[in-house]
Amino acid sequence: MELLIGQMFAGLSLGSVLLLAALGLSLTFGQMGVINMAHGEVMMAGAYTAFVVQRAISDAGISLLVSIPAGFLVGGVLGLVLEAVLLRRMYHRPLDTLLVTFGVALILQQAARDIFGAPSVDVRAPDWLQGNIELLGAPIPLTRLFILGLSLVCLAGLVLLLKATPLGRRIRAVVLNRDLAETIGVSTRRSDQLTFFIGSGLAGVAGVAVTLIGSTSPYLGTNYIVDAFLVVVAGGIGQIKGAVIAAFSLGVLQSVFEYSTTASIGKVLILIVIVVFLQLRPQGIFSLKTRSLA
Amino acid sequence: MRVSVHKRAFLPLAAAAVATVLAGCGSQIADPTSGSSAASTGTSCVDTSGNSIKVGFINSLSGTMAISESTVFDSLTLAAEEINASGGVLGKQLQVVSEDGASEPTKFAERAGKLIQQDCTAAVFGGWTSSSRKAMLPVFEANDALLFYPVQYEGLESSKNIFYTGATTNQQIIPALDYLAEQGTKSLFLVGSDYVFPRTANKIIQAYAAAKGIEILGEEYTPLGSTDFSTIVNKVRDSKADAVFNTLNGDSNVAFFRQYKSVGLTADTMPVVSVSIAEEEVPGVGLDNVQGQLTAWDYYQTLDTPANKKFVAAFKAKFGAERVTSDPMEAAYTSLHLWKAMVEKAGSFEVDKVQAAADGVTFEAPEGLVTVDGENNHITKTPRIGKINSEGLIDTVWSSPEAVEPDPFLATYDWAKDLAK
Repeated sequence: MELLIGQMFAGLSLGSVLLLAALGLSLTFGQMGVINMAHGEVMMAGAYTAFVVQRAISDAGISLLVSIPAGFLVGGVLGLVLEAVLLRRMYHRPLDTLLVTFGVALILQQAARDIFGAPSVDVRAPDWLQGNIELLGAPIPLTRLFILGLSLVCLAGLVLLLKATPLGRRIRAVVLNRDLAETIGVSTRRSDQLTFFIGSGLAGVAGVAVTLIGSTSPYLGTNYIVDAFLVVVAGGIGQIKGAVIAAFSLGVLQSVFEYSTTASIGKVLILIVIVVFLQLRPQGIFSLKTRSLA
Repeated sequence: MRVSVHKRAFLPLAAAAVATVLAGCGSQIADPTSGSSAASTGTSCVDTSGNSIKVGFINSLSGTMAISESTVFDSLTLAAEEINASGGVLGKQLQVVSEDGASEPTKFAERAGKLIQQDCTAAVFGGWTSSSRKAMLPVFEANDALLFYPVQYEGLESSKNIFYTGATTNQQIIPALDYLAEQGTKSLFLVGSDYVFPRTANKIIQAYAAAKGIEILGEEYTPLGSTDFSTIVNKVRDSKADAVFNTLNGDSNVAFFRQYKSVGLTADTMPVVSVSIAEEEVPGVGLDNVQGQLTAWDYYQTLDTPANKKFVAAFKAKFGAERVTSDPMEAAYTSLHLWKAMVEKAGSFEVDKVQAAADGVTFEAPEGLVTVDGENNHITKTPRIGKINSEGLIDTVWSSPEAVEPDPFLATYDWAKDLAK
């Protein structure tokens, strides 16, 4: 029982990290079909933001709370610049964006190495996140609980924005049918910029969150980018609810597989599950239904 | 303009595939023979006529290993300066040619070939990962040149063209097990990264445990760079083992120790012995997370020997007071001094003469007196168990009473006789 709860929580917690990493990607990928390989590096920028903020504010608790909005801003602005300078010129050329953003990812990694050095840096977790609480005998780490909560807050915020604001309505209109949206007067340009800002901002927040559990190094992004793409692809492009289901299913499956076999075999099994799933359902859990003709 | 559902489904798949390939391209396996393609000439092109002699340094100054290998490069640089300041080797000043291995075994093999054939260096120093060493080995053998390799490794190797100045398994892992047994450890949990060193090390630990009645309660590997340890720490916690033997490498240590601590495991309840965390790595892992945990090496910055005090002071004077010194750095520093001693004993820079003179050459290293064993080209070393203190340095809590003879094939251990096969 104790183990079951421990493992269930491990799965949910892994799922929440995957969800945080994939939420922003789901948005940019879904709206604009941009395969942003630099998404992981935007996370890294968020993580280093947490490091810089902590250097300025030595109290780990306050610095964490400041880091979350700061990480969102840094990530978002980075995304805006990327969009304005490069991606704007290559919409509808997915393979080009893939290569360009991969190049950007390498540049950002090298920049991080030059600024902060190659060794990983230490971002301390605040005292109130040290340790764990017991749930029926199973230790639930507080950092994990915090990340789970943060991912749910981000999710709720994003859903609220998309469903309940005029801004979100415009974004959804563009996702559904870009040409038609443009015809009825939606500025797709503005909408694209905004989407990229929010999507990259969420990556920045994800970066802040993972400093609590892992290392903060120039390679941070490469550890998450593949999993983030897997979540988005399995969930269905541009489908937030698909991403949520995919992230938590993959998280729980991974922890089940890993517990019953080993970490390496668990990873292999997960990939097999995804490959088989996509064979049966290439469009992901949910697919975008549009009346678009092309 | 818009692509159909089926095409749309293809793109993300392609993206994921490319992402996987790109993310994995830092860890490709080398073809062991590449780089040695240029035919062996048999005759060395080393120029000994002038008043300087060329030596090669090969370290990863870029890529994922740069974090570790650049520190080795620094200590090699220090050793070269010291040697030059004291009159050089056989009266010749060292002229260093440095190459970047870029964290890729193929690059190491190729650059090693260049250092030998084009730059005509008398000896080459460097390498870190076992895959980089394995990639360079055929190059040095084909060209009959010398490599000095400064990092602890998994043993089971010996080449007349490589001098191993880091610990082999009986100078690091076996003493650590002896220490744990002495402390009354009855059960162990093994955690490692999934590649050659941890797998070989754990095979040795399994054999040792079987012979000495220590129970192995689990053996877990994670892919290099893995960041999620929640399942593994649950397994470790559940096993109630007396101690954990950690052969994780690189950034995985950060995630492991953070998550280890977050489920309530501490150095007091379940100590972790690590073989890849030295003074350099502690700040990155976070002092809070590893303070009080154990390490197994042959050298610590805090060692109280005159040679070490001189080494640490010289290093800090050159590279800054905040820098620390670690075991591989000390082994690299020692390797250059050992080569000098070998050359001076041989009275020649020629490879076969240096090899012939190597046996019994000694150097008063920071870790204590080391002696070259000419039979397997390893050196004697003094194993030490350390405990990470509140300043992030490592205090020695146990030290072998004397330097241990190298035994890379574990031939002198009864329980290990099946391992070397």
